[in-house]
Amino acid sequence: MSKYFRRKLFIYVLTFFLAVTIDWLIPRFMPGNPIQVLIARANLKAESAKVVYSYYMRAFGLDVPIWNQYANFWNALFHGDFGTSLWLFPQPVIKIILRAVPYDILLLLPAILLSWFAGNKFGAFAARSKWLDNTVSPLGYVLTATPYMWLGMLLAWTFGIVLRVLPFSGAYSYALMPTLSWIFIWSLLEHWILPFVSLFMVMFGGWAIGMRNMIIYELEADYSHYLETLGAPRRLIRRYAFRNALLPQITGLALQLGVIVAGALVTEIVFSYPGIGYLILQAIQNHDYFLLQGCFLFVIIGVLLANLAIDVTYVLVDPRTRTGMQGER
Amino acid sequence: MSLQVDDLTLYYQTLHGDVKALEGATFSVADGEIMGLAGESGCGKSTLANGLILLKPPMRFVHGSVRLDDEELPVWDTDRMDAFRFRRISIVPQYAMNALNPTRKIGKMTVELLRSRKVDVRSTLPELERRLDLVGLSHEVLGMYPIELSGGMKQRMVMVLSTLLDPSLLMADEITSALDVSTQKAVARMLVEFRDRRFVKSLMVITHDLSILNQIADSILIMYAGRLAEKGSTDRIINAPRHPYTRLLIASLPKVGVRHRQTRLTGIPGSPPFLLHPPVGCRFRERCPAALPECGEEPPFVEIEKGHYVACWRESGTDAEA
Repeated sequence: MSKYFRRKLFIYVLTFFLAVTIDWLIPRFMPGNPIQVLIARANLKAESAKVVYSYYMRAFGLDVPIWNQYANFWNALFHGDFGTSLWLFPQPVIKIILRAVPYDILLLLPAILLSWFAGNKFGAFAARSKWLDNTVSPLGYVLTATPYMWLGMLLAWTFGIVLRVLPFSGAYSYALMPTLSWIFIWSLLEHWILPFVSLFMVMFGGWAIGMRNMIIYELEADYSHYLETLGAPRRLIRRYAFRNALLPQITGLALQLGVIVAGALVTEIVFSYPGIGYLILQAIQNHDYFLLQGCFLFVIIGVLLANLAIDVTYVLVDPRTRTGMQGER
Repeated sequence: MSLQVDDLTLYYQTLHGDVKALEGATFSVADGEIMGLAGESGCGKSTLANGLILLKPPMRFVHGSVRLDDEELPVWDTDRMDAFRFRRISIVPQYAMNALNPTRKIGKMTVELLRSRKVDVRSTLPELERRLDLVGLSHEVLGMYPIELSGGMKQRMVMVLSTLLDPSLLMADEITSALDVSTQKAVARMLVEFRDRRFVKSLMVITHDLSILNQIADSILIMYAGRLAEKGSTDRIINAPRHPYTRLLIASLPKVGVRHRQTRLTGIPGSPPFLLHPPVGCRFRERCPAALPECGEEPPFVEIEKGHYVACWRESGTDAEA
């Protein structure tokens, strides 16, 4: 058992190292110079611009050779330093990200969990009734094939512009400051509904279809047939099938939860929701190496932790992995 | 009479029409009898077994009747059959090695199954353990997952489970096919022992391996292309077969002491007909070396001597002359 986890851990460390390296490389492949973008915004005279430019290049550590920058980056990372944002200069990257993360969790955690529960339930129902299968399954296929932003725009247009019942921009009213008051919470909730529904519906379709297909597969498995020949009631056979069909869905859930901190990029852009997805877009547009790096680093850590959680969960819920491990001692 | 099947006809529904997998099956299995059911792949052996216990689409009940211990078996009604399954009629399926739920401990699954069938678990468990001893499985298997057992162990577990409620009829579908020869023999002996200890009243052993039947069966039923060809005591079928198909089948078995470097193993030329549009008349006619003009009509399955039935015009012809 401990050997299994030691090996897993080694793979995770290696993956982390490679992923972070790629994360560091990608922003630097972007054309353009971030400092020049920063200075251009300041509207300085040519001579002073030159001085400021060299000052900033040194300040951000961009004047040393590229390999040196890479080493400095790892060094800073181990000291918990994510750097300073260029877009929101001089705020530190970590502060910007931590400000955005609650919105992502608020939006995505309920969307993912509720759609997972509802999708699995409905998928399992659909697998057992022809009538439901003919209604829920096509709906599920349509939903899961719908792009998030298209559904988002449709909802924003219908409920925000035509019916004028729900706001569709920002995480709370622009007239409010974040405080712990009922007015603010109500505003938060109002702004949360549309992005949540658009995410929920698309994800729901995917889960429902996946579950339906898995249940049908399990009901045709040999052990289900055997129970049938022994006259076991349908309820018992379905219970077994549901439990076994759930295993791949758990993997899917954990993977989804892993990218929770990445936010829902397109949905957040449609609704101007200030999560990490929104930050990523801003970071790219402003050549903000450090913010982009920081955002992706969060995603990397999230995905790796989620995978670790899957590995542990599987050991708990699927006896086949557990006994498999005993064999490799 | 344990099992009495009359004119049982089962089709498979397909987009191209009905596949006539089993037609006019009429036979009986006596109390305490081990009947072997043999024939080549696709001849309807498993269709017959499944038709008796789990008849569901695409399989379709056409007509016929089945009686078990002088009680009508509603094979066409899946819900009403539930009362008979496991308690009165049971099966060790062809896929016995995958028949257990992989994510449940075997003991737990057994208890859940028994409870769902309203069987008193507490009084059944000691019997279960006794039978595990009998087949050489330790009681620990009840605390294990199926993956922890070898294929042979899983099969024995399924045999114990299927017969736990002492059914009148047990069908063993190809249970020796995936085993090595020595294990085959052990499993075959186990079946006989189950019958001798009255765990099951009578047995239907489905196989394409005549040598196994020769060892354990009291009688043998030979099928060909969805029809019964011949039924008789094991001795008569092996030593004095009457149907040309049975004769060729027996003749094509390798014999001990014969060097096949010199004499080629013979088979039966040709292949069985497709059952979507089976030929009229005797279905073996195309491959039969002794075909007669009458064979264009379907031969009846008649008793030519006590307990020996044959579906062949030649046999019924000689019978009529005598």
